[in-house]
Amino acid sequence: MLRSASQAVQLPAGDIESKLALAEFLLTNVDFQASARRAIDWLASHTGVEQIVVAVEDATANQLLLVAEHGVSSAAIVDFSLSRDDGAHPLVQAMASAEPTFFPRRAHSFRTPIDNVPFHVIPLRSDDGSPAHGMLLTSATGADLHPEVAWVARMLSRQGERLLSRQTVAETRVGQERMLLYSIINAVTDPILLTDVEGKLIIANNHAEKLFAAPEDASEGWRRAVALNNMLFSAALSTSAVAQLEPARRELLLVDPLEGSDLLFELLSSRAKDEWQGTYVVSILRNVTDLARAKEEIEESYRTLRLAQADVRDERHRLDLIIDSVADPILVTDQEGDIVLLNEPAERLFNVPPSAGEPAQRHVRANGAHLTSFVSNVLTRTGEQRYRGEIQLSDPLTGRALPVEGVAGTILSEQGELMWVVTILHDLTEAIEKAKLYERLKQGSEELERKVQEATADIAEQNELLRRQHIALEQASALKSQFLANMSHEFRTPLNAILGYTHMLLNGVTGAVTESQRKSLTRIDSNSRHLLALINDILDITRIEAGRMPLNLSTFQVQELVREVMSELEPIVKRSNLTVTARTRNSLPPLKSDRQKVKQILLNLLSNALKFTPTGSVTITASYDEKRRSVAVAVRDTGVGIPRPDQTQVFEDFRQLDNSPARGYGGTGLGLSICRRLSQMLGGSIDLESEPGQGSTFTLRLPSRPRRR
Amino acid sequence: MPDSQKNSPLVLVVEDYQDAREMYAAYLRFSGFRVAEATNGFEAIEKSVLLKPDIILMDLALPKMDGWEATRRLKLDERTKHIPIVALTGHALAGHAEGARQAGCDAFVTKPCLPDALVAEIQRMLASRVGDRKDTKRAPKAPGR
Repeated sequence: MLRSASQAVQLPAGDIESKLALAEFLLTNVDFQASARRAIDWLASHTGVEQIVVAVEDATANQLLLVAEHGVSSAAIVDFSLSRDDGAHPLVQAMASAEPTFFPRRAHSFRTPIDNVPFHVIPLRSDDGSPAHGMLLTSATGADLHPEVAWVARMLSRQGERLLSRQTVAETRVGQERMLLYSIINAVTDPILLTDVEGKLIIANNHAEKLFAAPEDASEGWRRAVALNNMLFSAALSTSAVAQLEPARRELLLVDPLEGSDLLFELLSSRAKDEWQGTYVVSILRNVTDLARAKEEIEESYRTLRLAQADVRDERHRLDLIIDSVADPILVTDQEGDIVLLNEPAERLFNVPPSAGEPAQRHVRANGAHLTSFVSNVLTRTGEQRYRGEIQLSDPLTGRALPVEGVAGTILSEQGELMWVVTILHDLTEAIEKAKLYERLKQGSEELERKVQEATADIAEQNELLRRQHIALEQASALKSQFLANMSHEFRTPLNAILGYTHMLLNGVTGAVTESQRKSLTRIDSNSRHLLALINDILDITRIEAGRMPLNLSTFQVQELVREVMSELEPIVKRSNLTVTARTRNSLPPLKSDRQKVKQILLNLLSNALKFTPTGSVTITASYDEKRRSVAVAVRDTGVGIPRPDQTQVFEDFRQLDNSPARGYGGTGLGLSICRRLSQMLGGSIDLESEPGQGSTFTLRLPSRPRRR
Repeated sequence: MPDSQKNSPLVLVVEDYQDAREMYAAYLRFSGFRVAEATNGFEAIEKSVLLKPDIILMDLALPKMDGWEATRRLKLDERTKHIPIVALTGHALAGHAEGARQAGCDAFVTKPCLPDALVAEIQRMLASRVGDRKDTKRAPKAPGR
């Protein structure tokens, strides 16, 4: 359907009014084609008839020409041709008929512009009964003709009679061609407009109308959209490009009146000159909204691609950094065995600069050959993605042998084809060194272990030996003690007799003895007594050491004991020229100890003092130390004294400072040794203070009561 | 034997070692005592019963029957239990002394014992018995020097 823009907006509103308006138009119109077009448009919008065709007779060609249509495909129009002479044709017969003809069937054996539906054919002829000059074909709304169709047919009959006689056939033919043209441009999906240079619309096709014209019942939004589109279009045309005769392309953004969305068009406009109508502009709008979107998408994809490429570049860079930073050589070879990638450590082995010299190059070639044969292992072994083995390489620069362990792995494509082989080499020099060291260490360790075991066995043996020796020693010691105890007893029996008989002789039991005999008997007596003292001392020491010296504890007064000791030694004191005094306090607490042994000690200390003091005095003092709860008995003399280095020796067995056989002082040399042992048995001690020539002080200290040990 | 000694106390010296026994016997006679001798425990008991000595000097280490056993028997016998027994021991150990006392010895002397000391001990023992006995015998005085 085509019509001018001015008509589109001037359609009458009501039925009666529009019918009157149509009648008025037909009366004033001088172009049959325009009349026919206007009439069938009216019919279409007021009767619901869907397909309408107006055909008129071309007297010169004896042909029927279609001049207006509604709802008919352009193909049907192009294909349709009908000769007036074909009297047998149902349409020709219907045209010749005085009354409208109804074709009730859907399909017909003849060609017709209205196909597939029942239709009416109404001949157009003048009132005078002359032959019809045309016909109106309408799709049927029923078997009876619609009254308005009949009315329009009458109006067109009159109009035809009035105008066709004056119109040239040529004009009619042009009209048909123009109709065909309209139908074709309507078929084009792009909006097409014909405007004057100001952009005022002359002709628009359907698609253009949707954008630039609104029906009278359109919403406010629709109208505004249409007004906006007209304004935008005019503005686009009025730009300088339109002044050119060359076709101009530009983008034009319009609004979809129904959807309200933006539509982007490419506007192709060109000027045309027409002899009658002057200069006008043909504009074709191409919807590029989708295109623009697609372009955006492509740009987006491109950007994404660029980013991805950058990522890949970064990744590759990182990968390079990583594999370069690995100390082990890494190589990638393709399926031909050629190296495609290698890190810096690998480069040192497989790629040296020519300046490195021929020997280095030779080593590199040898290394390459070794690598190739190694990689071929993984290439030839199907099904295995990994191969591990040792390779004997050499350092190109030094020529030093370089045993390495290689691990080759394949990289397969998604289709499972072998793409690359990645080989990582690991220097085994250190590992081999370590293995050697470890071996040596192991040997050393084993040796050490063996030695330790031997030593342990030795020690165990020694321990056992020692244990046995210890037992043997204990037994020997016990035997010794027993032996000494027995021996001393056995000594006493004969000694008893010797002493006894000597005594009897001296006492004159056997008669009077001479002076010289008495002297000899006295010598026998004193030596026997000395021997007896020695035997007694040895017996004491033996018993102390064997732990067989029992303690008989009792409580006694120290000062009393001192007096007793002094009185026992009275004969010796009298014989000496010494002053012997005792200074004891009566406030001394009683002492609980072994009286016999304390007495033995004091006797010994005092007799020693008397023995070793040629002149001067001997003083005995007894005191009590509150703090230590101990009693101290000191025996001080003004005798020969003992040099400091010898002060510890005097307590040792058989020690007298004068070791000469003719000792001037007599004694067994065991006295102090026994005294010290006894004092220790009693929980006490004996101390010595002495200066040679100044005298000595021996101090016996005893706890006032025995302490538990 | 002089008459002066007929009433002197009789000492039984029990000692297996002849030298010592005869030495003590000689000195005791020299000191005015009458002396009988025995060499073992059996003899000691036999002579004690037979001779009824005034005091017995008993060595403890004796063959056949030792001094402890002999002492125990003498002290269990009504005829001899009143006779004081002085033990002679070579081991100056408290244990020996205690053993002797338990066996019934009235005193003990440690060997070596000089004849003087032995005589002194015997006189001391006899003196302490003076009030207990009917047939009191005067103990001889120690020989003066």
